[in-house]
Amino acid sequence: MSSLRILVGVKRVVDSAVKVRVNSAQTGVETANVKHSMNPFDEIAVEEAIRLREKHGKDVVQEIIAVSCGPAKAQETLRTALAMGADRAIHVKTDDNLEPLSVAKLLSKIVGEEKPSLVILGKQAIDDDSNQTGQMLAGLLNWPQATFASKVDIKDGVLEAVREVDGGLETVSSSLPAVVTTDLRLNEPRYASLPNIMKAKKKPLKTVSPADLGVDIRSRLQTLKVTEPAKRQGGKMVASVDELLDKLRNEAKVL
Amino acid sequence: MYRSTPTTTTLSRVQAMARTPSLLQRSAATISARTIATASRAKLNTHRRQQHQQQLPLVRHFSVSHAANNAEETLVEREPRETMEYDIVIVGGGPAGLSAAIRLKQLAAKEDTEINVVVIEKGGEIGAHTLSGACIEVGPLEELFPDWKEQGAPLNQPALEDHMKYLTENHAIPLPHPPQMNNTGNYIVSLSNVVKWLGEKAEELGVDVFPATAASEIIYNGDGSVRGIATNDAGVDKEFKPKASFTPGMELHGKLTLFAEGCHGSLTKGLIRKLKLRDEGKFQTYGLGIKELWEVDPAKHTPGKIIHTMGYPLDYQTYGGGFIYHMEDNKVSLGLVVGLDYKNPYLSPYKEFQRFKSHPLVSDLLKGGRVLSYGARALVEGGLQSLPKLFFPGGVLIGDTAGFMNVPKIKGTHNAMQSGILAADSAYKAIVTEGLGEEGSEPIVLSGYEEAFRNSNIYKELHEVRNIRPSFHTGLGIWGGIMWSGLDSMLIKGRVPFTFQHPHPDHAMMEPAAMHKPIDYPKPDGEITFDILTSVSRTGTDHAENQPVHLRLADKTIEVRENLPVYDGPEQRFCPAGVYEYVDDEAKPGHKRFQINSQNCIHCKTCDIKDPAQNINWTVPEGGNGPQYVDT
Repeated sequence: MSSLRILVGVKRVVDSAVKVRVNSAQTGVETANVKHSMNPFDEIAVEEAIRLREKHGKDVVQEIIAVSCGPAKAQETLRTALAMGADRAIHVKTDDNLEPLSVAKLLSKIVGEEKPSLVILGKQAIDDDSNQTGQMLAGLLNWPQATFASKVDIKDGVLEAVREVDGGLETVSSSLPAVVTTDLRLNEPRYASLPNIMKAKKKPLKTVSPADLGVDIRSRLQTLKVTEPAKRQGGKMVASVDELLDKLRNEAKVL
Repeated sequence: MYRSTPTTTTLSRVQAMARTPSLLQRSAATISARTIATASRAKLNTHRRQQHQQQLPLVRHFSVSHAANNAEETLVEREPRETMEYDIVIVGGGPAGLSAAIRLKQLAAKEDTEINVVVIEKGGEIGAHTLSGACIEVGPLEELFPDWKEQGAPLNQPALEDHMKYLTENHAIPLPHPPQMNNTGNYIVSLSNVVKWLGEKAEELGVDVFPATAASEIIYNGDGSVRGIATNDAGVDKEFKPKASFTPGMELHGKLTLFAEGCHGSLTKGLIRKLKLRDEGKFQTYGLGIKELWEVDPAKHTPGKIIHTMGYPLDYQTYGGGFIYHMEDNKVSLGLVVGLDYKNPYLSPYKEFQRFKSHPLVSDLLKGGRVLSYGARALVEGGLQSLPKLFFPGGVLIGDTAGFMNVPKIKGTHNAMQSGILAADSAYKAIVTEGLGEEGSEPIVLSGYEEAFRNSNIYKELHEVRNIRPSFHTGLGIWGGIMWSGLDSMLIKGRVPFTFQHPHPDHAMMEPAAMHKPIDYPKPDGEITFDILTSVSRTGTDHAENQPVHLRLADKTIEVRENLPVYDGPEQRFCPAGVYEYVDDEAKPGHKRFQINSQNCIHCKTCDIKDPAQNINWTVPEGGNGPQYVDT
């Protein structure tokens, strides 16, 4: 099998265990002083890339590159990816708010430079739950895509993936290069051991800007307001069907 | 005050109480219940003594903690772990640990030498497990960074006005506050954010800072000196069997290991026992601090205002008090500290905190606001009398893991930082200047650190106030304490030839439930007061699923067999995170079983301190687990 280069996209998001709250300006979620970590689906993506290398050997999977688009602190997330086993990292540095289309455009430019055979992304980020970047990237590159993958393998230059779909499991195969997005059941990511965390500090990390890549990252969406969900009202007990009908008609006004 | 063994103390206390007239009026049933309680207490004390004599095993095993505490753990010979060598290993990334690390690197930079320092911290990031009021003195911070303000340290709200109040159920009576409680020159901060900033500074100076890394074992040399620590095995399932993601822990060796685990550190407690760092009969005493962070109506917010309270909701027999600190940005930090030497097993510190908030002084402030964070942590109250030996071959104790909190001032951060600086100075001298600790040579015995401590401001402070907290231990409760403290802090200032002792460890102070009445706590209203699970969700605490339960029981039957009948299961009340429950046993109808919801744990250490049977052993879970405190 010819050698592969795998590109993995990672995003720094608010940690899944944090109890988020809406900020006072009601423009979004409070992120100051709140713990951030790598998007869980991206951890699975990095883990899958490393497992492919462990399975097929270093001659086949030549290089694993981790990419992240975001502010300066995104470098911490890249270091985690390096500690898990990626070889080098690219940081597209910007403090602006990035929408999935912008990220897909940035990634497509990086794909143009680095020429990987496989791009693995998490299916969605847990802060915006967009579930768009992987699909848009495949569209921009005109590559095949295997989204919601719960099993991935490469046999003789052919990608074979099992996708989680509403009806069950769908097995697809495609040529390379291709885009894969990971679902929860794909694997259980490894812990980054201390010696690997130390080694990660020495691995190469390149920083570029969206302007360097020639990408316009202007937002096309404007968030008007973010509020907490309405507080759950207590339930009411009713004594008879007539009372229920009365309440549905006159109080809840749904009949 | 006497320092006899627990058994005789119990009997003499019962005899002393028999002389009070109210006892004669109690029914025969209550007296016989107490006799049973005394007998079981004697049994418990024997059990406690036996436990204290257990040594840390030197055989290694798959589990993440001592095998002796859980007979079901498989004892397997394991492959040697990877090691990393450092000059200094610091366990704990709090004020003390980070101050020591920063100081070491500053000394090395000044003299153009090299010193390798690593700080490991069990919290997911630096500051994640840090919780305090807090109103801190900036002396040691200025010693480390004279230009801390220009460097952006998050100390933005100077303390402006001090108030002391005695609360009754509906009123707040102003009290004159003792001179130590004057906060001029101090800052009201979120200690978590200050520690985060210290962590960044430490990394800039070249310290290897590893958060989400839990030290679960001390590595000893053959001669009993400390060689370093080992981190948790990760990827072990509930039955202590390795999972697919099993990653063995690592050993971090240092010429010196600085233990900076904070109050009642999990490694430190074993260290003190094994190396006998405290004299027979000496012990630490504690309080439990529970707090919330609120954003209040700007009209009610007075930045820089500090209020300390005594009285309601605690009765005269229970030491403790409340605090309300007005921070910047309409934020208010408020909480209640309860001395863990309380006697009534029906007391729930969490519910006392809710009652505190329902006092008009507090509820008026909080109405119309919203709660941002909740958390709790045990704090050290023993003072000078409870300090262990601070140094031993291969290591030292710094910060609250030794116990430098000044209880009347309710300030310990500055002393913790100062102790870190003193240890760093001594350690630097020993390792770099004198070249001690090289491979193959004698382990370093840092007596210079303890000497520096005795000549320091920390010692002066603690010596001056050493009699204040113990003065609350008499039958006069807080009245005796207030009378003596007033005298001591205003006039005497500790200049007496005697030192009051703490009569008993906190866990021995709890009296049988038969001697007390259940407290009728009001239901939470969901606006100012909350139920415990809602509060726990505000700590951001999480523990990875399918890992060994980190709260270990030496004897799995004691809770249901003794704690439930004698003390009415106090674990379900003293834990501020709802970890412990007595639920109906499906296997044995009509009986209860003891349930540990370890996922809720917020690492406050109260259970390890207050369990009357001393049966619960708090061990460290996988690194990165536990609370994610924000702005606390």
